[in-house]
Amino acid sequence: MLLKLTFASLYVRLLTISMTVFAISLSLMLYLSVEKLRTSAYTSFTDTISQTDLILGSRTSSIQLLLYSVFRVGNATNNITWESYEEIINKDEVEWSVPISLGDSHKGFRVMGTNLDFFKRYKYRGGQLIEISEGNYFDDLYDVVIGAAVAEKLKYNIGKSIIVSHGIKSFTDHDDQPFKVSGILEKTGTPIDNTVIVSLEAIEAIHVDWSSGAKIPGQETPIEEIRNMDLSAKNITAAFIGVKSKLTIFKLQRWINEYPEEALTSILPGVALHELWRIIGIVENLLLGISIVVIFTTLIGMAAIIFSSLNERRREMAIWRAMGASPNVVIGILMLEAFIISFLSTLLSSILLYILLNILQPWIDDTYGILINIELLSFKDLLIFILFIISAMFVSLIPAIRAYWFSINDGMTIKI
Amino acid sequence: MEKSNLNADTIRINSVKFHWSNKNDFKIYVPEFNVARGEKVLLLGESGSGKTTLLSLICGFLNPISGDIFLNDEPINNLSARKKDQYRCDNIGIIFQQFNLLPYAKVIDNILLPLYFSKTRVENIKDQKETAANICKSLRLPDEVLNMQASKLSVGQQQRVAVARALIGNPPLIIADEPTSALDKNAQSIFLDLMFSQISESRSTLLMVSHDESLSQRFDRVINLDDILKEGD
Ligand SMILES: Nc1ncnc2c1ncn2[C@@H]1O[C@H](COP(=O)(O)OP(=O)(O)OP(=O)(O)O)[C@@H](O)[C@H]1O
Ligand SMILES: [Mg+2]
Repeated sequence: MLLKLTFASLYVRLLTISMTVFAISLSLMLYLSVEKLRTSAYTSFTDTISQTDLILGSRTSSIQLLLYSVFRVGNATNNITWESYEEIINKDEVEWSVPISLGDSHKGFRVMGTNLDFFKRYKYRGGQLIEISEGNYFDDLYDVVIGAAVAEKLKYNIGKSIIVSHGIKSFTDHDDQPFKVSGILEKTGTPIDNTVIVSLEAIEAIHVDWSSGAKIPGQETPIEEIRNMDLSAKNITAAFIGVKSKLTIFKLQRWINEYPEEALTSILPGVALHELWRIIGIVENLLLGISIVVIFTTLIGMAAIIFSSLNERRREMAIWRAMGASPNVVIGILMLEAFIISFLSTLLSSILLYILLNILQPWIDDTYGILINIELLSFKDLLIFILFIISAMFVSLIPAIRAYWFSINDGMTIKI
Repeated sequence: MEKSNLNADTIRINSVKFHWSNKNDFKIYVPEFNVARGEKVLLLGESGSGKTTLLSLICGFLNPISGDIFLNDEPINNLSARKKDQYRCDNIGIIFQQFNLLPYAKVIDNILLPLYFSKTRVENIKDQKETAANICKSLRLPDEVLNMQASKLSVGQQQRVAVARALIGNPPLIIADEPTSALDKNAQSIFLDLMFSQISESRSTLLMVSHDESLSQRFDRVINLDDILKEGD
């Protein structure tokens, strides 16, 4: 009966109520999508590299090493000599390792030299390998494999001939040694998509006529001659390392960091990722702050709506009281109303969120490489809904208590 | 009702003092006021003289500062708030001056509303819907009205629905606060005829407030509020 009458009462105020419900749903949806974006960004971010135990680089801060080795942001200050690298990877603890060499670029995309182990060992998103979608891994010295985003943005196909530029932002090209696209990688949602991958030897090859970052004037070794040279790498920029037993990670890390011949750093990618996230997490906190403000305004808005209807309902309260309803029933009616409004809002907001995510997901994935999982409401979302409903009812207590006060004081004098 | 109460007055007021807790200095003092069982009493008084306030005290909406109010020998002002609410819905049918109904609810739901709170009144009737329909018929409310939204009715019809609601389940006391003031003379007399025949049938006690002396001849007793009020201290 009470429920039926509350619904009837909501029904006559259908327009106001549905607008309220809609407004609240929108803010709830905003909150949920911001929240979703935030967590998806975090997972996408921490999933950039997985199952690598250590990243090795020259002495630098762990975040900087992470940035250039994984995110291809910034530059290494120093290289690692091949000798040191050999010594490290020959240690008993090491199971596998992949060296990389950075420093050149192609039309704004970073060029990374590595070996074929990279495709066998480098994993992202919880153990996924980087698959090739078209063509083959590099075979010839002048083969390149390009990331999905590179192929898409530059509209490159297999067989396309490309020139690598020296450095990150320079106008000097290694135009004497053109490369050929041999393979295009599948989309990963990681910086790999924006990377041009060649062999370590190719990196050596294009720098044959270079010395300490500058072209040796007049020297131009013909390609045929280069092909016959010993092109094994003398330096690398960083390396990904996997250990045999996780228990030895810290021991190996300490050993590397204390390596006497050369100043080196090794980091645990997970830890560094987390640290880095905490720095850029300011944005995250900002988003969170916005969401909380949104929710807060929503609640106040709801209380305001209940408040504004209170005077018209004062009469109604007196009727309830005259029928024998205790003041608690009067409070109950308003709380029930708040419950219904907030409950309907959570329902509507999930529907809206679902629609919104379905529309935006491909675009966000494309533009930001953040894959948003569209799933049914998570436990956390449900918890948020429940919390919201509880706070909504709590907020509505204020008008309800006022109504209670009216109902006790008005007696039979019904004011209009 | 228990036997011992059979001859008791329905309402007995003893040296009741009341004033509002806020700024205004309105106060009333009622040394004695009784209404016998089955009696139909008209309470007259000027606007602002405290008629509604007195009714609120009798219904237990307000608590006297001092003194006692007995309903069927039950000292209502000593009951806990909860018991008071329960007592009210079991024993008193209330009709307001105006705006008696939940406008959004169906007429039938409005009429059945007191039964939701009162087991006693439920026990007094066999079939709720049928009883409601019968009362409405006697009050000359057309059948189809029952399922209409209360706000769609004319004022006179709404007041008759309020009477039906006050009467359902035969509460021993009916309290009506100027139930006819929103009606014109003609409608007023039709309304009162219908209400009286219903109240006589259920043998309830009626305490009705008005400032219209012309209604006097219908009642067993007419009282002027000024006569029962004494200057308090
Ligand atoms: N809820 C209230 N709070 C404070 N004072 C009130 C309240 N209700 C009524 N009063 C005061 O009590 C006095 C008596 O009011 P009451 O409503 O009992 O008069 P009344 O005789 O019913 O008048 P009317 O014929 O106009 O209905 C008035 O002076 C009024 O200002
Ligand atoms: Mg009055």
